[in-house]
Amino acid sequence: MITLDSKIPEGALAQKWTEYKAHQNLVNPANKRKLDVIIVGTGLAGAAAAASCGELGFNVLNFCIQDSPRRAHSIAAQGGINAAKNYQNDGDSVYRLFYDTIKGGDYRAREANVYRLAEVSNNIIDQCVAQGVPFARDYGGLLDNRSFGGAQVSRTFYARGQTGQQLLLGAYSALSRQIEKGSVKMFTRREMMDVVIVDGKARGIIVRNLVTGELEKYAAHAVVIATGGYGNVFFLSTNAMGSNAGAAWKCYKRGAAFGNPCYVQIHPTCIPVHGDYQSKLTLMSESLRNDGRIWVPKKKEDAEAIRAGKLKPTQIKEEDRDYYLERRYPAFGNLVPRDVASRAAKERCDAGFGVGETGLAVYLDFASAIERLGKKVIEARYGNLFQMYEKIVDDNPYETPMMIYPAIHYSMGGIWVDYELQTTIPGLFAAGEANFSDHGANRLGASALMQGLADGYFVLPYTIQNYLAAEIRTPRFSTDLPEFNEAKKSVEALIDRLMNIKGKHSVDYFQKKLGKVMWDKVGMARNAQGLKEAIEEIKAIRREFWQDVRITGATDEFNPELEKALRTADHLELGELMARDGLLREESCGGHFREEYQTPEGEALRQDDRFMYVSAWEYAGDDREPILHKEALKYEEIKVAQRNYK
Amino acid sequence: MEKKNLHLTLKIWRQENAKAKGRFVTYKINDISPDCSFLEMLDQLNEQLVDKIEKPVCFDHDCREGICGMCSLFINGRPHGNDSGITTCQLHMRRFRDGDTIWIEPWRSAAFPVVKDLVVDRSAFDKIIQAGGYTSVNTGGVPDGNALPVKKKNADLAMDAAACIGCGACVAACKNASAMLFVSAKVSQFALLPQGQVEAKERVAAMVSRMDALGFGNCTNTGACEAECPKEIKITNIARMNRQYYISAFG
Repeated sequence: MITLDSKIPEGALAQKWTEYKAHQNLVNPANKRKLDVIIVGTGLAGAAAAASCGELGFNVLNFCIQDSPRRAHSIAAQGGINAAKNYQNDGDSVYRLFYDTIKGGDYRAREANVYRLAEVSNNIIDQCVAQGVPFARDYGGLLDNRSFGGAQVSRTFYARGQTGQQLLLGAYSALSRQIEKGSVKMFTRREMMDVVIVDGKARGIIVRNLVTGELEKYAAHAVVIATGGYGNVFFLSTNAMGSNAGAAWKCYKRGAAFGNPCYVQIHPTCIPVHGDYQSKLTLMSESLRNDGRIWVPKKKEDAEAIRAGKLKPTQIKEEDRDYYLERRYPAFGNLVPRDVASRAAKERCDAGFGVGETGLAVYLDFASAIERLGKKVIEARYGNLFQMYEKIVDDNPYETPMMIYPAIHYSMGGIWVDYELQTTIPGLFAAGEANFSDHGANRLGASALMQGLADGYFVLPYTIQNYLAAEIRTPRFSTDLPEFNEAKKSVEALIDRLMNIKGKHSVDYFQKKLGKVMWDKVGMARNAQGLKEAIEEIKAIRREFWQDVRITGATDEFNPELEKALRTADHLELGELMARDGLLREESCGGHFREEYQTPEGEALRQDDRFMYVSAWEYAGDDREPILHKEALKYEEIKVAQRNYK
Repeated sequence: MEKKNLHLTLKIWRQENAKAKGRFVTYKINDISPDCSFLEMLDQLNEQLVDKIEKPVCFDHDCREGICGMCSLFINGRPHGNDSGITTCQLHMRRFRDGDTIWIEPWRSAAFPVVKDLVVDRSAFDKIIQAGGYTSVNTGGVPDGNALPVKKKNADLAMDAAACIGCGACVAACKNASAMLFVSAKVSQFALLPQGQVEAKERVAAMVSRMDALGFGNCTNTGACEAECPKEIKITNIARMNRQYYISAFG
């Protein structure tokens, strides 16, 4: 039975991290060489942690599923990274970034973690600049900032529309340096299949070599999971095709609690769905909301005419347009947080004002920004995004407004971790999007990059030492231990079972079916009845999958169908837990919107007296209901209020 | 606007593994929407192959929005196909006509051996970066981000070079299978920034020598790399790298 201990240090909020570092245990340089650390994932959190731990002198084994660590999906983040530098002299501070993040998360994040995140945000910018990340600069040569949703200051640092790429390549370059030095050993095209527990501690992993199909065993003194989020449970999301919940799910099934699985972020500005052959959705950066204005026609007949192709958006007069975000939220306007913007778009489309062929789209219009600033300025700011849009949609956004609609983008929930980023399994850590820790029920724009790098560069290298200090007398493990062989055998059995089903339907058939249930019933708006139905429907799809999936090819070869099947098998279980968590949480908060709990104006209505806690689920066996644990959230520094962006 | 779906003939390179002999296999595929992407067309082919209990075509892909650099197809004789400034995942079927025959091959270069079908091994690129594609700074203990001003023009040029996604199209396009555009993009990024100056000489020497050792060809200024680069990285970066290299060798 799990007990949750968040291990928040004593003392004033602003002093906790300083105090922690001052008193934590350290490992001396000679001993670091004798300690092995496995890090799974090479995104911002994984690559930054691997590089930093390697620099410290630990012996790091780093794994990724792609052909190179540079491909991790952090690379696709566009808009920017937040930091409390206050370079703009507009009133920013560590406290304000902390406050905005807690409020943005709808008062469902842990105060101490978020404060630390805000505190180290400034170090991240310094670090990346030193690495040669080409951030945008002003004519004076100093760093430039832009605004993002949920904040009234400009604190977002950016590298055109490719900030994630540049930050990831910075971490990748630091990682490459350690690989060259031999302190990090890199394993590409490997997918984690299980975590190995020896005497109650995480001691290694089983991976599948995606080229040969071989199952490989690796041992270490500690294991870090930095494998990203689980948006692909929905099939259509902005996540990369290979992004999956497998590694995190295996940790859950070995005893790590899973925190807040129902909290997923639906990003308001994505290119709308256009056909049933579609494989993924493309995000258009939130930064576009700096200059783009979101609207739908005011009159239903105009919306109908547009959908029928009889009217163009440019023909709708200014007074016949409903800039609904500016109307509903005058203080933040088009820069309200993502959950608010997404719901508002859904509300308009559901009411019959949507545009595009399907009626599931709204306009993001740059006409007034182009008139005010000129095409050149807009091109310099968003050129690559406009080009991306034009290639996909075959429409010129300089002339016709973009069409956008919300899509699954990020998971705030994830493996439950304590203040040290340690899971409920000793020696198993989770970093970046894979953990649940910092964003509460909704993540603010430009905060994912901040959290990934904070965890990887500045938190984990400290906290993992506190754990490893007690391991200096533990000699290197042999992977011949029975625990490793048992774990490997169970993976073999799973793969054999899958391959021998020889059913009628492809893996995608099931993943798409799951995705539809998730989107319809565990998506942007949820209710008790729908969630109950979803649980039953997911169980039924899971049964069908295990009786009727067809995987061609062999086990001992490069076999993408088998890879997908293994991931979908996990998603079919996680999807149910997400619905279960959503059903339990009888309130609306952040990305979790329960239709039964809303204000008369349609805003999210929290139930603080009943749900001011993190739900942490414990696996109890395939045929048994998971066990719920609650971590109460205590707000000592911040006055809890209803979020107001009006 | 009525959009007509496409009926196509695909000639796809199939190769069991690195050691096996490869060959082109012909497939027919019908009713492809012009709005779907090239990789979504291949997804549909693979679904049909699974239906027929055949092995699907293996190809590398991940983000499907042109930034991860994973996709790598040589389509009708061009890396990333018949469009400019895009990767294969951003290529849409509206660029093809009904009845077309499409030839699909992996990157062809000794330094990028085929793994299976259309998948190649590009770890040589990682090895070049490992030779010196970084500034040697550890985490922590660095100066304030604004301590070192950078001319906006240089920051912009550095960003242009840093936009490289490491897909390998430059190598695939080059008749010599040279990696000069890839290496020069990284060298240029650092050459244009003050942070890169400390190790400038060692960096360019180490990266060029690693590139040579890995079996990439030489540059003969054909410019195919620039023409096919999905991120439109300029060949002027190669000139900048050459200057850096001379300074490193003789300066």
